[in-house]
Amino acid sequence: MYLVYRRYRQCPERSKLNEVRTEPASIVAVVGSGGHTREMLRLMSALSGNYSPRHYVVAYTDSISENKVHSLEDNLRKKKNLKNEYLIHKIPRCREVNQSWFTSFVCTVYSVLYCIPLMFICRPEIVLCNGPGTCIPVCLIGWLLKFIGFVKTRIIYVESICRVERLSMTGKLLYNFADNIIVQWPELQVKYPKCEYYGRLV
Amino acid sequence: MSDKKVFVTVGTTQFDELIHHVSSSQTVEVLKKLGYTELMLQIGNGTEPDIPDVKNFDIEYYQFKNSLEEDIQTASLVISHAGSGSIMDVLGAKKPLLVVINEKLMDNHQYEVAEKFADVGYLYYCTTSKLVETLESVNFTDLKPYVPGDPYKFASVLDNIMGFSLPKS
Repeated sequence: MYLVYRRYRQCPERSKLNEVRTEPASIVAVVGSGGHTREMLRLMSALSGNYSPRHYVVAYTDSISENKVHSLEDNLRKKKNLKNEYLIHKIPRCREVNQSWFTSFVCTVYSVLYCIPLMFICRPEIVLCNGPGTCIPVCLIGWLLKFIGFVKTRIIYVESICRVERLSMTGKLLYNFADNIIVQWPELQVKYPKCEYYGRLV
Repeated sequence: MSDKKVFVTVGTTQFDELIHHVSSSQTVEVLKKLGYTELMLQIGNGTEPDIPDVKNFDIEYYQFKNSLEEDIQTASLVISHAGSGSIMDVLGAKKPLLVVINEKLMDNHQYEVAEKFADVGYLYYCTTSKLVETLESVNFTDLKPYVPGDPYKFASVLDNIMGFSLPKS
């Protein structure tokens, strides 16, 4: 009963719809690897100063991405004078390229358990991700946090630019869970009507 | 004559077929004929290639660097795997690009973005077996300058969603 109550209580998204929000929103950005990292950092580099603190979730094995986050945030501080409230969190990776589906599954369960305390600490209002599978545990916990009414977490999935004809596995999994699915090619929006398309973003 | 470097990158994984194909003496001869003087290979986690001994042509390789930016910037031509990160980095640097598709990769969606950008004329693409043929037949000066995507569109959409700005009505 309590859960149902909490679920309903959080429904009105903003009480004063005509007022511009001023308090910052916390954001968790799940940094994938390789091309996903690049896309995520491109998106993060454009954000206004309204998003703080900025939590970056990076896979343990991915020190390249970690370094790139640091240099992005250094740049933002210099160029945009953004307050440097950012943190990097490391989580186990769900699946490497060519890993079997079974070991992927085991890793995913481990990763989900690992993300629970992390997400309680971050209390993100936004979970932003663009794949690959690393972001699923984070999204799952984010969705549960919203479900129990702990924080109004909005899951925003930006499909990678390399997806032209079909959504990725991650995109398909999140299709019914994410609050916004943003694609970067118009073909995808035709095929998956829930998607939003605003042109190429990265 | 100034150095003309070809930079080959496989990104964060491995693509041995590309590395071995591009460093074969046949391909190197073609590159030399096209006026290139140097070949730099970023091989990732792949196995080390056998480097042929070709006169007046430098071949070097390494696994990873924190940033490939310098190698891209100094290259006259980049040959890349189809990973979107590498494609975008090279296009962003406005360098002539030939994408080589790895058909073995799971789900094989890799070629889609290369194909899409090739349609617009931003790059050329081929499979590993057609590498030599493609190098000989295309003219990299015909490529169009790349127009990058706009992350600020995303930023304003997000500001709208979160209530930081009022939706335009």
